[in-house]
Amino acid sequence: MSAPTTRTPAPLPEELAAPERTGRRGSALVHRLFVVRELGILAALVLLVVVTVIANPRFLSGQNVRDLLLSAAILTVLAAGQTMVIVTRNVDLSVGSVLGLSAYATGTLLVEAPGTPVVVAVLAGMAVGAVCGLVNGVIVATAGVPSLVVTLGTLYAFRGLVSLWASSADRLQINAADLPAGFKSLGGARLLGVPVLFLVAVAVVLLVGYYLRTFRSGRELYGIGSAPEAARLSGIPVGRRVLTAFVVNGALAGLAGVLYAARFQTLDTTAGTGQELFVVAAAVVGGVAIFGGSGSVYGAALGALLLTTIGTALPQLGLDPFWRDAAVGALILAAIALDRALQLRLAARLRGRNARRDR
Amino acid sequence: MTVETATPTAPAPAAPGRRGPTLPSGSVITTFLVLFLVVAAFTVDGFASTRNAGFLLLDVVVIALIALPLTLIVVTGEIDLSVASTVGLSSAVMGRLWLAGLPLETIVPLVLVLGAVLGAVNGFLVTRLGLPSLAVTIGTLALYRGLAFVVLGDQAVADFPRAWTTWAISSIGSTGIPTVVLPLLVLVAVTAVVLHATPVGRALYAMGNSEDAARFSGIDVARTKLWLFVVTGVVSALGGVYWTLRYGSARADNATGLELQVIAAILLGGVSIFGGSGGLLGVIAGALLLGSVRNALQLVNVPSDVLNIVTGVLLIAAVVAPQVAARVRGRRRRPAAT
Repeated sequence: MSAPTTRTPAPLPEELAAPERTGRRGSALVHRLFVVRELGILAALVLLVVVTVIANPRFLSGQNVRDLLLSAAILTVLAAGQTMVIVTRNVDLSVGSVLGLSAYATGTLLVEAPGTPVVVAVLAGMAVGAVCGLVNGVIVATAGVPSLVVTLGTLYAFRGLVSLWASSADRLQINAADLPAGFKSLGGARLLGVPVLFLVAVAVVLLVGYYLRTFRSGRELYGIGSAPEAARLSGIPVGRRVLTAFVVNGALAGLAGVLYAARFQTLDTTAGTGQELFVVAAAVVGGVAIFGGSGSVYGAALGALLLTTIGTALPQLGLDPFWRDAAVGALILAAIALDRALQLRLAARLRGRNARRDR
Repeated sequence: MTVETATPTAPAPAAPGRRGPTLPSGSVITTFLVLFLVVAAFTVDGFASTRNAGFLLLDVVVIALIALPLTLIVVTGEIDLSVASTVGLSSAVMGRLWLAGLPLETIVPLVLVLGAVLGAVNGFLVTRLGLPSLAVTIGTLALYRGLAFVVLGDQAVADFPRAWTTWAISSIGSTGIPTVVLPLLVLVAVTAVVLHATPVGRALYAMGNSEDAARFSGIDVARTKLWLFVVTGVVSALGGVYWTLRYGSARADNATGLELQVIAAILLGGVSIFGGSGGLLGVIAGALLLGSVRNALQLVNVPSDVLNIVTGVLLIAAVVAPQVAARVRGRRRRPAAT
């Protein structure tokens, strides 16, 4: 794939060591641009909500908003994990299947051992996801095979595993009646009126965002995505970092599976099918460059919220819900076109700066 | 990934010269296919019957058809994930126009034109605006599928003329081979000639290996890619027409997820996802191998969902194996060199 290389404030030693002042001012400019980019999605989201509310004031009713946040929670958690992977110039298409496997595993655990504490169930789901992520990560990092292909393979394999498990255990569906009350109450639980599942998603986003922004290893993920070869030469353990990104993403997809089980409470082997598309879409709409090196988890989370809101707003606007996928597609195209335009402008401005300095 | 002809002297990275883009690059997967067919014929009851061969081929036809132009796109280093949505939108439009009372003789050309437009949209966004094809076609995957639902909603149009629908599943005489295999073979031959025996084909490999080098050597990269996307759109629309007739039903959700199977066949066939290497023979063998394995497992009553594991593992094995082989070869060579 011909990657239009994205320039970002990559924390590579040679770049930091090079022209001191323009470098710093340049990266401040880049930073401002990304803030603008995130504000842009936020503005689109606000606009959509305002228009919908004008058309139908009940759109902002408590129950409607809570439903919206619940739906967004699962996609947001997936998008947060996916951002870590995409930033390293990889992609994980298997997350929908991982979600399905984790949801089914958690459900089975709770049916077989109804006394399991909720925390243990959550950890079990995350562990299942982490193992899936480990499989992806090991193949990608050690065999040097493109992640797109590997995770396309595991998309099939993990989904097949759920089916195999369900058919051999003769439990094709797990019903709400079979799940313990303690776990089910998690789905509707609220804290100060806000659904707990959404708060979980917010916590995940803040943690991943803090990690990517502050930790050295988090910054190195961006370095790897910007220039894999330069990252390797400057001593970043590329394989290990990429592996970690996949494992964390897997664990978060596992967590999303638990959230899915808690929210829908009726599980079959198809849970999460096709989610990979919406997850990647959320990240891309949120300004995460598909070829790595730039974008933030906050943008991806806003993207997830925007995609979910579109789905619920269309019927309120009197539009056929069939328009949803078309709107999502158009939004993705608009987002990448916008990113390209911003990138070109940024490049031009940085060039202008350097030219002035040289004079 | 060219696996063959590793001369001990040169460290052979997918040579774009005279050796790379020739037909034998799919020989490994073809050998696998033949072995599998022989083993399955002797061990799986009913696998070797003409009836079963017909079913198997019918299931592979659309995948192989769309794989033809998509292989060319992957060889240039791009990708098109929107092919299955184009199938769905073509099918939905076909159903809508049929409801409007148009004859199929008019509908089919219109749908093919629609396919060209959908492909041109992809091509325009990729080549003129310089956007990454992966992201663009994820966008149009959603967009075209969404439009299919806008056009036809969740209804199914099933009253197409019997003459057309029975032709779609008819076979040549008593051989059991579907009639549509003949036009497909013609298209395979045309694509193979274009890819492996013309300057255009060599240009595609050149682009996949180094776009800049291709541009400097006078190849109009943007225009070539634009046309590839247009052709892929037309062929996908043709796939949509055939899908509709074969199942006798126009639906907006026709062929959902088919893009993954097509890409699996292409990668299994030894085409590098990074472009620049692979051949058409391997892709056809890949599509047939996927179809045969699924078919054989169905005959021994493996639940169809479980087949996904096989597809996934085959796909990963197909890309990991050459890497491991190359590494082993490299290790063996090193002591001799020093």
